[in-house]
Amino acid sequence: MKGHYLLIALIVLSLISLFIGVKEVSIKGVINLEYDELRILLLSRIPRLLSIIVAGMGISISGLIMQSITQNKFVSPTTAGTIDSAKLGILVSLIAYSNSSTIIKMLISFVFALGGSFLFLGILKKVKHRGAVIIPLVGIMLGSVVDSITTFFAYRNDMIQNITAWLQGDFSMIIKGRYELLYVTIPFVILAFLYANRFTLAGMGEDISTNLGLNYNRIVGIGLVIVSIISASVVITVGRIPFLGLIIPNIISIYRGDNLNTNIVPTILMGSSFLLFCDILGRLIIYPYEIPISLTVGVLGSIIFLYLLFRGNR
Amino acid sequence: MMNVKSKLYILLIAFIVLVMLFLIIGLNSYNWKYALSRRIPKIMAIILIGSSISFSSTLFQTITNNRILTPSVLGLDSLYMFIQTFIVFVFGSMKMAYLGKNFNFLVSVILMVLFSVIIFLMLFKKKNNIFFLLLFGMVFGTLFQSLTSFMQVLIDPNEFLVIQNRSFVSFNNINMDLLWIAIIGVFLTAIYIFRHIGSLDVMSLGRDNAISLGVNYDVQVKRVLIVVAVLVSISTALVGPITFLGLLVINISREFIKTYKHKYLIPGSMLIGSIILVGGQLIAERIMKFETPIGVVINFLGGIYFIYLILREGKAI
Repeated sequence: MKGHYLLIALIVLSLISLFIGVKEVSIKGVINLEYDELRILLLSRIPRLLSIIVAGMGISISGLIMQSITQNKFVSPTTAGTIDSAKLGILVSLIAYSNSSTIIKMLISFVFALGGSFLFLGILKKVKHRGAVIIPLVGIMLGSVVDSITTFFAYRNDMIQNITAWLQGDFSMIIKGRYELLYVTIPFVILAFLYANRFTLAGMGEDISTNLGLNYNRIVGIGLVIVSIISASVVITVGRIPFLGLIIPNIISIYRGDNLNTNIVPTILMGSSFLLFCDILGRLIIYPYEIPISLTVGVLGSIIFLYLLFRGNR
Repeated sequence: MMNVKSKLYILLIAFIVLVMLFLIIGLNSYNWKYALSRRIPKIMAIILIGSSISFSSTLFQTITNNRILTPSVLGLDSLYMFIQTFIVFVFGSMKMAYLGKNFNFLVSVILMVLFSVIIFLMLFKKKNNIFFLLLFGMVFGTLFQSLTSFMQVLIDPNEFLVIQNRSFVSFNNINMDLLWIAIIGVFLTAIYIFRHIGSLDVMSLGRDNAISLGVNYDVQVKRVLIVVAVLVSISTALVGPITFLGLLVINISREFIKTYKHKYLIPGSMLIGSIILVGGQLIAERIMKFETPIGVVINFLGGIYFIYLILREGKAI
């Protein structure tokens, strides 16, 4: 799978995404600068497209980082408790600091996500038998424990509806002014580029990487900070998108092997294209209604995950 | 050291006391008639759910020969939810109302039996790694949860969030229409299993041993599996998926009763399951004042216990 095919796919999907929707927007109208159509494009379609691309990039790169740090193909923010911790953080911020700005909420969510990821790594250190499937299993369970804490407090504060509505991964609410927080992820994606080699080394374990002159704990820390910030900002603007971070790096590595350095670009291109594809699908199936993207990704993603699982087991 | 029978009696007494407490607390001469008419069906449903989940989990662990997997962990109750939604989707909700609520339940049970056998043959024919099966179950469950919500959106995009909220397990909205069918179902399956109770003991020794001891293993496994599928359908239809109850119950039962004889293990686990649910509901109603559905608490405790089990199992290998 060559990089430029992915790029072409992404461009084609982006164009499709711009021109579907309840309000008719035609290429002709845009060229003729019709006011209404341009307005729709600028206020709704383009923000939506950009947010999907940025979220797709961010999530798939977080998956890639987590997989190389833990040296396990089935680890990603959704299977390591990161996303669920971010969700708990949002709930806490809604309860305790309901008047604060979205940035503050995101920071609180980030702190929780980071805490959750470190807790996960802490538990992993206790696991002697590091089989390929036991680690994501622990992560998923940790996630569901954190999730039940969230549900518990959401119930006590009568916020279930609030929190389910908020966290259902969904791009239909994205309009200008409501998604810009996602751009926070871009510098961290770049940071991930710069550190790619070091993550690969850190994945070889504490001893080897220290031997090679690397400050292991610092690299792991940086990796988790990147992952947590991306997760928190995606969860707070878009919601929970399951399994994306898990499947994309896996598909890429099936075709291209495991060199993190050369895999980053295809991974983020593929992540964005896949997310865009799911979004377009969700918008078309029950047109003019929409299916939340977390459901389309959930269905496709878990089927691909099952395939990968059987493949790995063979 | 107590013997097994006296432990069962203790459980029975605890169970009866809890049920009585549940029925009696808060009664007075004005409201007793109304209160009892509400509480008796409810407690029957709770007991039914507790026993069918424990019963199916025990059976399932015997035929799969492990201590961690339960039907819900393998995603079977998500599968049931999906089948049910799928039927409404295919027939349309208008026609569904015409055919009656029991129709959906019966068709779902039949499909459920079919799918469980297929999944079982797919997964357990070869000797698969237990952690692989667990992860498979988790993802499988997520897949069917997503598919269920997906179909619900297709059926009615406007009501999506309302449906979503209903998916939290709560014993305050039990599906009472099915109560009688469910009672008969659990009763019949229990009679059926108790006729084969001896071969279950032998089957827990594993396939090879069971066959050399003269049990028709493969046939027997399929029979038990059908029973499991029926029981899972019953409990899920009544209240929805409670992922970790079965796991908690079966492990507590093994620790407490300390026996391999299904003659004692099954009734014991059914009692423990009912005690946990009735007791939990009592606490939820009187102490927490309904603010938290009990399913959330069970999943919290069950999840932590599950991590502990995985870590322990991981060390043993």
